[in-house]
Amino acid sequence: MKEYLIVSGRDINILYPHVNVWGFGIPLYLFIGGLAAGILIFATLFYLMGKDKEFPVTVKIATIVPPLIIALGLLFLIGDLRHKPFFWQLLTHFRLQSPMNWGAWTLTIVFILSLLWPLSFIDDMIEYFQQHNRKKWANAFIWIKNLIEKVRIFKVIVDWFTKNRKAFAIITLIFSIILGIYTGILLSTMNARPLWNTPILGLLFLTSGISTATVTIMWITDNEIERRLFTKIDFYTIILEMYLIFQLFFNLAQGPEIQVKTAQLFFGGEFTAIFWALFVMLGLVVPWILEILELKGFHVPVAVPAFLILYGGLVFRYIMVYAGEISSFLPSPTILH
Amino acid sequence: MRYAMAVDTRKCVGCGDCVVACQTENNVPLGYARDWIVEIVKGSYPNTLKVHFESRRCHHCDDPPCVRVCPTGASHIVEGGIVKVTPEECIGCGACIEACPYEARYFHPDGYVDKCTFCDHRVKNGQDPACVEVCPTHCLIFGDLDDPESPVSKVLKEREYYTLAPDAGTHPNLFFLK
Amino acid sequence: MKEITRRDFIKITSAGLIGAAISKPVFNFIPPFLQKDHTPPLESELTKSPTVCDICFWKCAGWAWKDKKGNIVKLTGNHLDPHSNGRLCPRGTGGLGAYYDTDRLKRPLIRVGKPGSQKFKEATWDEAFDYIVDKMKQIEAKYGREAMALFMHGTTGPHFEYLWEAYGSQTYAEPAIAQCLVSREVGFIATFGQGLGSPEPTDTRNTKCLVLIGNHIGENMHNGHVQEMSAAIDHGATIITVDPRFSTAAAHSKYWLPIKPGTDIALLLAWMHVIIYEDLYDKDYVQKNTYGFDYLKDHVKNFTPEWAATITTLDPNLIRKTAYEMAKAAPAVIIHPGRHTAWYGDDTQRERAIAILNALLGSWGRRGGFYLPEKVDLPKFPHPPFPEPRWSWRTITTDKFKYAIAGVTNVLIDHSLPEYDGPYKIKGWFVVATNLIQSIPDQQKTIRALQNQDLVVVVDILPTEITGYADVILPEATYLERYDLIRNNHHRTPNLALRAPAVEPKYETKPGWWIARELGIRLGLEKYYPWKTIEEVLDWQLRQVGTSLEEMLKVGVKHFDRKTPLYIPDGVNWPFPTNTGKIELYSTDLAAMGYDPMPVYKKHEDPPAGYLRLIYGRVPMHSFGRTINNPYLNELRSENHLWVHPKVAKLMGLENGQEVWLENQDGKVSSFAVKVRITERIRPDSVYLPHGFGQKSKLLHRAYGRGALDNELITKVNLDPITGSTGMRSNFVKILTSKPQKANS
Repeated sequence: MKEYLIVSGRDINILYPHVNVWGFGIPLYLFIGGLAAGILIFATLFYLMGKDKEFPVTVKIATIVPPLIIALGLLFLIGDLRHKPFFWQLLTHFRLQSPMNWGAWTLTIVFILSLLWPLSFIDDMIEYFQQHNRKKWANAFIWIKNLIEKVRIFKVIVDWFTKNRKAFAIITLIFSIILGIYTGILLSTMNARPLWNTPILGLLFLTSGISTATVTIMWITDNEIERRLFTKIDFYTIILEMYLIFQLFFNLAQGPEIQVKTAQLFFGGEFTAIFWALFVMLGLVVPWILEILELKGFHVPVAVPAFLILYGGLVFRYIMVYAGEISSFLPSPTILH
Repeated sequence: MRYAMAVDTRKCVGCGDCVVACQTENNVPLGYARDWIVEIVKGSYPNTLKVHFESRRCHHCDDPPCVRVCPTGASHIVEGGIVKVTPEECIGCGACIEACPYEARYFHPDGYVDKCTFCDHRVKNGQDPACVEVCPTHCLIFGDLDDPESPVSKVLKEREYYTLAPDAGTHPNLFFLK
Repeated sequence: MKEITRRDFIKITSAGLIGAAISKPVFNFIPPFLQKDHTPPLESELTKSPTVCDICFWKCAGWAWKDKKGNIVKLTGNHLDPHSNGRLCPRGTGGLGAYYDTDRLKRPLIRVGKPGSQKFKEATWDEAFDYIVDKMKQIEAKYGREAMALFMHGTTGPHFEYLWEAYGSQTYAEPAIAQCLVSREVGFIATFGQGLGSPEPTDTRNTKCLVLIGNHIGENMHNGHVQEMSAAIDHGATIITVDPRFSTAAAHSKYWLPIKPGTDIALLLAWMHVIIYEDLYDKDYVQKNTYGFDYLKDHVKNFTPEWAATITTLDPNLIRKTAYEMAKAAPAVIIHPGRHTAWYGDDTQRERAIAILNALLGSWGRRGGFYLPEKVDLPKFPHPPFPEPRWSWRTITTDKFKYAIAGVTNVLIDHSLPEYDGPYKIKGWFVVATNLIQSIPDQQKTIRALQNQDLVVVVDILPTEITGYADVILPEATYLERYDLIRNNHHRTPNLALRAPAVEPKYETKPGWWIARELGIRLGLEKYYPWKTIEEVLDWQLRQVGTSLEEMLKVGVKHFDRKTPLYIPDGVNWPFPTNTGKIELYSTDLAAMGYDPMPVYKKHEDPPAGYLRLIYGRVPMHSFGRTINNPYLNELRSENHLWVHPKVAKLMGLENGQEVWLENQDGKVSSFAVKVRITERIRPDSVYLPHGFGQKSKLLHRAYGRGALDNELITKVNLDPITGSTGMRSNFVKILTSKPQKANS
C-alpha cells in the first residue's frame, strides 16, 4: 500500500492517528485495582489460614491501604468519563458481558468490604500503633472508633461484619481475585486491539497486581519473618510474571499477521526501549536480583526493590494501555483536511 | 431483518457527499463525521497504479464488540441489527471506542458516544439512509440481507466483495464490492 | 412469533443467559432536564421550497427543507431534475453552509479614506446607491457610459447584464468564458455549427466508450455527468483517460495514458491517423455529413502513433489499442470535450481535433455519443429597446480574436490599465459575484487595473479578496434567500426549474435582482423596470409556456415535450448550421479568418531545468475559491496539497506533509505554504495543485492562508489567437523548502 488517506476531513483527535481514549486515569485505575486486590487476597488468605497473629501487618495493617486507594481509583474512573452527568447510569445497570460494568460493581463491592475489613480489627490496630509508637495513627483510629461507637448504624454494621468475619473473608477473597483478573480482562475483551485480545492478560495483570501487593506488605512490615516470606513470594511471582510475558509475546508471534505486527511494537517498534529497559529491566529483573541478594543474606534496603516493583507495575499498565490503543487491525491513516 | 450496506469501489469517486448528507440529515456537529472516505493507493507509476475509495461508517456488526463492552447498555441493537447509542444511558467511558476496530465511534462534543445509525429514523419510514440517497455515483447500496430480492442481497450475490478486519470476529455488515 | 436467529443465538451464548436476561437497567429514571430528543426530523415533519443550487454552474434543482422554527436543515435534489436526478453533489448538499457562514458580507460598505486603504464604513442601501450613482454620472460625463465595465458570474449576472444594456453599456465580460470554455465552444461551432453549452449533451449513460482528455470527472463534480459516468461503468463501458495525473477517473478507467502535458493535439492527430488509415471511421456518416474529409486524410497522413509517441511519451501500441477501442464502440463513443479548456493557447485547435475525431466516429447526434439537446422557448419579459452604445466588448475584442463569442476579461483589463490611452478607456468596474483577483491570471495586472478606476463596486456574498479593492461593497443574499431568473438549460427533454427563496435574506443582504433594479431606477431607467418584484416577471414568463409561478413553487422542475429528435434520425440529410451545411472537418470559417483550417500540433514550452509544470484542478468538495470558506465544505477539505512524484520527493528530500513554498518561472512566490503529498499519481515532470485554496482575504476565517493558490503562480498566459481564451498551463514552479522572504506570511 503506497498511500492510505482519509480524504474527507474527519480529524477526530481521539481516533487519529490512533485511538487515544484512555489517558492518564485508566492505567492508574488498573494499577490501583491490582494492588488493592493483591493486598486483600493476602489478608483474607492469611486470615483464613489462621495466621493473623503471626502476620499482623499482612492481615490487618496493610489493609488500611485498599480502601484509600480504591476511593482514589473510583475518582480516576469517574474523572475519565466524558458524559459525567450520567455516570450514575453505571450503577443502574448490571451487564455480565461488559467487564466495565461488572468491574465497576466488583470494585464497589470490594470497596465496601475493604472499608469494613480493617474496621473489624480496629482494637488490634490501635494496639499495634501504640506498641509501635505511632501516636498519630493510633489517635486517628481512636477517633474512628469513637465515631463508630457514636453512630449506631456504623456500630451495627461493623459488629455484624466482625462477627461473621470468616464468611466475609471468603467473600472478600473471591471478589478480590475477580478484581485482580478484571483489571486485565477489561482490556482483553476488546476485539479491536490485537495486543489486548488475549486471555493471558487477565492472569498477567493479576500476577502483576499480586507482585505489587507483595512488595507493599514487604515494605510496610517491620516483622523480619513476614518480610522474608513476602520477599520469597515476590521472587516466585516475578518468575511467573516473566513467564506470562514470554507467553504473551510467544502467542502474538504465533498469531495472524496483525498480531505479529503488534508484537513488533515491542521488538524494534516504538515501545521497545520503554518496555524492555524501563519495565522489564528496572521494574522486574533488577528488583528480582535484589530480592535474591536479600534472600541470600545481603542487606538490601527494602524500599528499593519495593519501589521498583510498584513503579514497574504502573509503567507496565501505561505501556499496555497505550500500546494496545496503537495496535489496530486497520492502518493508521494520513488525514487530508 | 438484517440491514447491510455495500460500497461499490469501482464507482466511488470519494467526493464526500455521503459525509455532508449525513451531517445535515443527522445534525452532526461540525468537526465530527459519522461517515468518512478512505483513499487507498497501490502499485507504482505508471503501469501498476491502482486507486480506490471506500466510503466508511459503522459496520453494524452481527457480533458488535461495542455493544458487548458497553457497561450501561447505551450501545444496543435495534430492529434490523442496527447498532445505536442512547445518549442518556451513555456515561462516556470510551470502552466501545476501544472495542471498535473500525474507528466508527467518537465522543460527541456533549460527551456521549455518537455514531452512524444507518439513518434508522428514515429506514423505519421506508427510505434509504441519507448517504445512500444522495450518492451521485450510486455506489452505496442498502437493504435487508434476509430479503434475497433486496438490492444489497442481489449485488452481494453477483459481485466479489471484501470486508474490513475480518479477523476481529465482528461479522460486519458493511461490504466493499471489488 | 419471532424465531431465534443466528445473531440472537450468538448473543445469548456469548453473553450468558443471566447477563442477557438482566441487561435491562435496574431502574431507569432520567431527570427531565437531562433528556433531549436526538432523533432527526423526518421529511414529513419539514416544509420544502424549490431551489436551484448556486454553488457551481451545473445549477441542480433541489429542495430546501425547513424545520418548524423556520431554519433550513438540509438540501436535497429534485427527482424531476435532469441535472441532479434527485441527488445533489457534496457542494450542493453542503450549500446551506453558504447561508450559515458568519463570515458573510452583512451590510453595504463604503470606503473611507484613499483607494486601497481597505477601511470601510457601514452604510445604508440608499447611501451606497447614491454614492454609486454619483460616481457613475461623473464617469459618464467624462468618458461616456461605455467606460463603465461589468464583470459578472453565475445566476445573478443576468440581472446586471440587463441593467447594463438598459444603461447603454455593453462593456462586459464573464470571466467564466475566456478562462474556461470559450475555445471548446468555438471549436465545436467551427465543426458542427453549434457549441455544447451546459450541461454538455454527452450521452454518457448510453456510451460504450468514454474518452477523457484532461477532464477529471469525479473530481469536477459536474453532477449529471458524474452520475452518468457511474451508469456507464455499471454497464461495462470502456473508459480511456488521458491525463498527466492518475485522476480519479483514471482510477476507474481501463486505459490510462499518462501523457506529457501540452502534447494532446499530437495524440489526437495520431488517433485520427489510425482511424482513417486503418479504415475504422464511420464511412456512411462521414460521407453523408462531413465536409473536407480528403483534406483531413491528407493532413494526418504522417501523424502515425510512432510519430506521436516521441512527442507524447506514450507507448505507440497503447495509442493504437485505444483507437481500436473507440472504433469498436462507435458511434456510442464520446471523446469528451471537457469544460475548462483554457490550457496552452492553441485550445480551439485542440477542441477542433476532439470535434473532428467525434465526427469521424459518427458520434455527434448518435445514441451513446452526443444527443441533440433542446430547451424551452421561454420568452423574455417585454422591455423598451436598449440604447446602442458607441462601442462595446466586441469593438475591442474581435479585432484581435476574430472568433470571440463573448467579452474577454483580460481585454477589458487591458483597457482599464493606466498605460492604455486609446479611445476605449474603462474607468469604472462593477464586479458581480466574481473574485477577479483570484479567477484571472496575472494578479498584479488586475490589481493595477483596479487601482486605475474612478469607481469600483463589488456585489458579493463573501468578503473575497477583491472586496478589499472596492469603493462600495454591496452584500448580496445567497441563493437560498432569493429568486432568480428561471433556469432554462437545454437537456434531453426541455425543462424549466425555479429558484425561490427558502428564507428571508439574513442581515441586510438583498437579492441581486433587487440591487440591479434599485440601481436602475436611481439611474433614471424606470421604463426598463415596469415591475415591482421579480415574481411578476417570472409568473408572466411561465404563463407564456403554459405554467405559472404557483405551479413551479410546488414542483420546482417542469418538463416539456421535445419538438425535434433526440438523435439524428436514420436516412435523414441532417442540416448542420455551418457554412457548408455539413460537419466541417476542414473549417471554412477558420480558413477565412486566416487560422489553420485543420488542427496542427505545435510544440509548447518544456519546464526549464529545476522547474516542474504546474497542473491545477479540482477537489470534488469545492467549486471555486468561494466554497472554501463554507463551513461544511471546509470541513471536508480546508487546504490543498501539492502532489509530488516520489522520485522528485526523494531527489529533493521532501517528506509527506512537509510545508513548502512555490516559486514560478517569473520569480513569483506563493503567499502561503502548502503541504506536500508524495504520490505515485502524478508524472515526475509535473506537480498538481488543487484550485481555490490559499485565500488571501483575512475576513474568510476558515479559508485564509490555508494552502497555496495556483492563480498566484500563473503569471504567464498564452492567449488563444482565435478566441482570446487564456491558456494557463505553461507555468512552471520550483519547490522551496524554506520560507522565502518574499512570502507574505
